Amino acid sequence: MAILKKTVVAMSVMVAVSSVQAATPSNEEMWVLLQQVQQQLTDVQQQNNQLLVENQSLKTKVEQTEKTVLEANETVEALAETTEQAVKAVSTSANNTTIGGYGELHYNNLEDEDGDKTKKVDFHRFVLFFAHEFNDRLRLFSELELEHSIAGESQNGEIELEQAYIEYDISSQYRVKGGLFLTPVGIINETHEPATFYGTERNNVEKHIIPATWWEAGAMFSGEIAQGFSYDVAISSGLDVSKEGTKSTYKIRDGRQKVSQALADDLAYTGRLKWTGLPGIELAATVQYQEDITQSQDPTAGSATLFETHAVIQRGDFGLRALYAIWDLDGEGPKADGYDEQTGWYVEPSYRINEYFGVFTRYSEWDNQAGNAVDSEYDQFDLGVNWWPHEDVVVKLDYQNQDKPANGESDGFNVGLGYQF
Amino acid sequence: MGLILSSFTVFARGVYQTDQDFLTEVFNNSVPKSKVVWMKADLASTVAELLGHKYAGLRIRYWRNEQRSAWILEEIGKEKPITFGIVVAEGKIENIKVLAFRESRGGEIRHPAFTQQFKLVQLDDMQLDRNIDGVSGATLSVRAMTVVARLALYLDKFTG
Repeated sequence: MAILKKTVVAMSVMVAVSSVQAATPSNEEMWVLLQQVQQQLTDVQQQNNQLLVENQSLKTKVEQTEKTVLEANETVEALAETTEQAVKAVSTSANNTTIGGYGELHYNNLEDEDGDKTKKVDFHRFVLFFAHEFNDRLRLFSELELEHSIAGESQNGEIELEQAYIEYDISSQYRVKGGLFLTPVGIINETHEPATFYGTERNNVEKHIIPATWWEAGAMFSGEIAQGFSYDVAISSGLDVSKEGTKSTYKIRDGRQKVSQALADDLAYTGRLKWTGLPGIELAATVQYQEDITQSQDPTAGSATLFETHAVIQRGDFGLRALYAIWDLDGEGPKADGYDEQTGWYVEPSYRINEYFGVFTRYSEWDNQAGNAVDSEYDQFDLGVNWWPHEDVVVKLDYQNQDKPANGESDGFNVGLGYQF
Repeated sequence: MGLILSSFTVFARGVYQTDQDFLTEVFNNSVPKSKVVWMKADLASTVAELLGHKYAGLRIRYWRNEQRSAWILEEIGKEKPITFGIVVAEGKIENIKVLAFRESRGGEIRHPAFTQQFKLVQLDDMQLDRNIDGVSGATLSVRAMTVVARLALYLDKFTG
């Protein structure tokens, strides 16, 4: 038993010694351990250095990318700027010469009280505008027109130069033009693109009294007195109702010489005042004086004075056009047959249903021999619709009823197709 | 240089206000930095719809502070570009002006009697919410002003 105890004690001591030996390594072991730790530290440091290098390189790359992005931005900016300027330059230089035009095809189906029918289709007007800007202040404007499709010997139509003038801006308020230009009178004489007015045919008052389309050669000065208040004064060639020396009817429309080897013995003096001070409203009046309405071909013709005034109102969907014109021919010749007074007026209310459709009605009266008691007055009632599939394209349909002094009544309908660009 | 520039402004036909003067007036001397809106595919087609034709540039520059945005836009009337200055506040036109007019007809659209019709006008389904009465003989200039008003209102919303 005593031996067993000793053995147990001895074993316990050995265990204790060996456990004490494990907790405190020897110097050699410590050295190995230290070396291991040292190695690990070196590794970490190396990794750290590597990371530092990588970080630095990333930073450089980011900076480079930022720089590239910035440069790319600047390049895009420069490219956009250059492209836009190039586009602008090209379009501006191309815009120095511009073309435009308008055209209208008409179908008339009319019947007089004797039952005589007139059915016609006619490409009434095919017009080309050519304009050129020499510089910011000096420009050319021209209008060349083919009427009734075919021109030439024994054909119905004609080719006409209706405008060809040089215009110069003296300042933003004053300008002067010289050449062949439309007389500043009436509503449709200067603005007659089909999409701008109601009715297939132009109104008869402006046609027979003014007489539209009316152009002369000369010079015109235009100015602005106040906001929306302008004037035009012109000296130009005039009418010749004598038909090259032969006494004619003195009818104003027949006196248009169209600046075609036109007699220029006597000039015409025109003045117009126009007020457009409120949106949608135009009020204007024109006076013209001609020294001799036959260019001194007929000693009995005398001088002539035109007075015309009109209003164009378009407020919201409601429109109204009204015009009055009167010629006073001074001589004994015109007086003999009542041509000393040639006058007419019309009133045309309209309603724009929407962007595409508008309806109108017009009542007009005109008389080229109003100076005597003989009945020579025409009157006409129109009712119709305009359809604009595009703001520059128009289809027209209208009914007309005309009272003539000689042939009595006639009525019928007209269809038109027109465009402008 | 200033003298040359200002005399140029006086004599150049129809330059009523320079772009810079317009912006200085609108932002009371503290003009914000300009921004651009690029004519990317979707926007380009909407802009074409508003204008009635493709926009000729690649982007449109504008100026905006907290209260309002200002736009300088060009649109051809009949033949030549008209420069418009437009101020939009809270989705409505605060002011529209003709800065430069180069057409030979239709200059009446610059008068306040005409431009005041645009005050407080806003977009309603891509159209102006109010009828604009035209100027006799200036149909195309009126059309140009109506179109840029629509464009400025749309872009104000798009970029706002």
